Amino acid sequence: MIRIESLKKDWGEFKINNINLEINDNEYFVILGPSGSGKTMLLELIAGVYHPDSGKIYLNEKDITYMELEKRGVGVVYQDYMLFPHKTVFENISFGLEMRKTPKKRVESMVEDIMGMLGISHLKNRYPRTLSGGEKQRTSIARAIIVKPKLLLLDEPLSALDQEIREDLIKNIKEIHVKFQITMIHVTHNFDEALILSDRIAIMKKGTIAQVGDSVEIFRHPSTKFVAEFVGVENIFKGTAKKVDDGLTVVDTGNISIYSTQEREGSVHLTLRPEDISVSLDKVQTSAKNVFKGGIKEIIDKGAIIKLMIDIKEPLIVFLTRQSFLEMGLNIGKEVWIYFKATAVNTF
Amino acid sequence: MRKIDYTTFFFSFMGFFLFIFILIPILNLMLSSDPISIIHNLQDKEVMSSIFISIYSALIATLIALIFGVPFAYILARHDFKGKGFVESVVDIPVVIPHTVSGIALLLVFTSTGFLGEPLNRLGLVFTDAVPGIIIAMLFVSSSFVVNSAREGFENVDPRMEKVARTLGSGSLKTFFIITLPLVMRNIVVGSIMCWARAISEFGSIIILAYYPMTAPTLIYKRFIDFGLHNSTPVAVILISVCLLLFLVVRLVIGGWSAYDKN
Repeated sequence: MIRIESLKKDWGEFKINNINLEINDNEYFVILGPSGSGKTMLLELIAGVYHPDSGKIYLNEKDITYMELEKRGVGVVYQDYMLFPHKTVFENISFGLEMRKTPKKRVESMVEDIMGMLGISHLKNRYPRTLSGGEKQRTSIARAIIVKPKLLLLDEPLSALDQEIREDLIKNIKEIHVKFQITMIHVTHNFDEALILSDRIAIMKKGTIAQVGDSVEIFRHPSTKFVAEFVGVENIFKGTAKKVDDGLTVVDTGNISIYSTQEREGSVHLTLRPEDISVSLDKVQTSAKNVFKGGIKEIIDKGAIIKLMIDIKEPLIVFLTRQSFLEMGLNIGKEVWIYFKATAVNTF
Repeated sequence: MRKIDYTTFFFSFMGFFLFIFILIPILNLMLSSDPISIIHNLQDKEVMSSIFISIYSALIATLIALIFGVPFAYILARHDFKGKGFVESVVDIPVVIPHTVSGIALLLVFTSTGFLGEPLNRLGLVFTDAVPGIIIAMLFVSSSFVVNSAREGFENVDPRMEKVARTLGSGSLKTFFIITLPLVMRNIVVGSIMCWARAISEFGSIIILAYYPMTAPTLIYKRFIDFGLHNSTPVAVILISVCLLLFLVVRLVIGGWSAYDKN
C-alpha cells in the first residue's frame, strides 16, 4: 500500500500542495488532471527523482520519502520512453536483471517471455533509434516490469502514440497489471485511458487532489465545480457489453439494457450526451432503439436550458429548452418517455 | 542544372576568402621548405626531443584535464548552485587572457618560493625549467576544452534516463559509468583532442615558466631568433606534419563510433 501524507513541494511553476492519498495493493490508480496541475511532479516525488519540501511517502508502511531510487522498488515509464540508446532492445529490457546479477540463462528466458507477451520478440537486437513509438514504449514497459517492482509509475505513457497503437497498448498494460499483480499509478489527461484502466481515479488541480473515487463516482458525482467542468460528462454508466445481430451491441448495466452501434464485448463504460436525448409525455413511434420510461427526480434551472434528472432505474441527465419544458408542463414526479438512438451511445 | 540561390552564392564567396587565408600559409609552409633540410632536421636530436617533449607533456596535461575535468563538467551540467556563473567564468579565464600573463601568474605561484611551488618543491616536484612546469602551463591554458565539451555532452543526456537506470537498481556512480559516460564519450574524446592540440601549440606561458627543456614551439622560436627563417621552417614543418598525422589517426578511430540519437 502507498500512503502519502501532507506532501508539499514548491517549485515555482509547479507545486504540490498538501497531498494526502492512499493507494491499495494491486490497485490501478489513475491521476487525471489538466497540464500544469502537478501530476508529473507528484509521480517524480513518489519515484524519488525529487524530494519533497515536507510530508511523507510510505510504501508498505516503510518511509521511502528520502530513500535512494535504486532501493525503493518503484519502476517508472515515461511518455518519451527514456530507453538507453546505446543498448539493444534485449539489453534495455535485461538491464534491471543484470543489476541484480540474475544468472544469464534465467535472464534470457525472462526477457524472451516478456518480449513475447508484448509482441516485440522480433526486435531483440535492434537499437532504440530504429523503433517506432509504440515499439519503444513496449520496450520501456518491459524494461520496467521485468524486475517486478512493488509499484509502477506511468507518466502519460500513451500520450505520444497513435489511437490504434494506444488501444493495443492499453490491452497489454491491462494484461500486465493482472498477470504481474503490480500496483500502478498512471498519470494522464486522457479520459478514455482513465476510464478503461482505472480502479480508482484522482482528479488533480493546481497541486491538490480535487477528488478521489471510482470512475462512475467521479463522472456522475463530481464533488466540485472544477471536477464537473473538467470531466464534462453528464451521463456515464458501467455495464457488460454483448454483441447482438447486425452491428448492434447491448450493454447491461444491471438495471437496464442500452443499445449501442459500437461493437464491444465484456466490461465497458458508456456515455451519452444529454442533448442527444428526446423527452415526450406520450409514447411515440420512433426509430430510436433505446426507449425508457421514468419519473423526473430533479429540475435544475440553468436559464435558457433546463436540466432534468430522470430515474429510468439509472439516473439520466436530460437537457430541455425552457420553451419545451414549459410547453410540456413538467414537474417533479411526472412520468415521461425517453428516447435516444443507438448511434448516440458511446462505449469504451 | 541545379540552381544556386544568390545568398548561398554570395556567402560561399565570402567564406572562401577566410578559407584560403588559412590554407595558403599552411600549404606554403609545407611546400616551401627544402626536403633535404627536413631530413637533416629529422636526424637532429634536439629537434626530435623537443617534439617528443611537446607531445608527451601535452598528453599528460590532457589526462590530468580528463581526470579532474570530467567530474567537474558533470556537476556543472547537472546542478544549479549559487555562484555557478562565477565558477563557469573561472574555467574560461585562461582562454581570454594573454598566455604570457598566464605564464607569469603560474610562475608566481609555482616558483620554488611560491605559494604552491614551495611545499611541492619539498616533495621533489620542481616546476621552473622542468617538464612539470610545461605540463601545468599546458593544463592551465587547455583544460577548459575538456570541461566545456564534456559538459555539453552531459547536458544532452536526459537526467531522467539516469533516474530510470537507478529505479532499475543501478547505483548513482554505476549509472554514470554504464549509462551516461558511454553516451558522452564522443564529446569527451573530441574535447580531449582539442585540449591536446591546444597544449601542443602552447608557447607564451611555457617560455616564461619553463624555457628549458625545450618544447617544439620554443625551439622554433629560438631558431628563428638565432638563425632566422630558413632554419626555423623545417622544424615547423616537422611539428605540423606530426600533429596532422596524429589527428588523422584519432579522427579515423573515432569516426568508426556511432553517434546515438537521444531516444
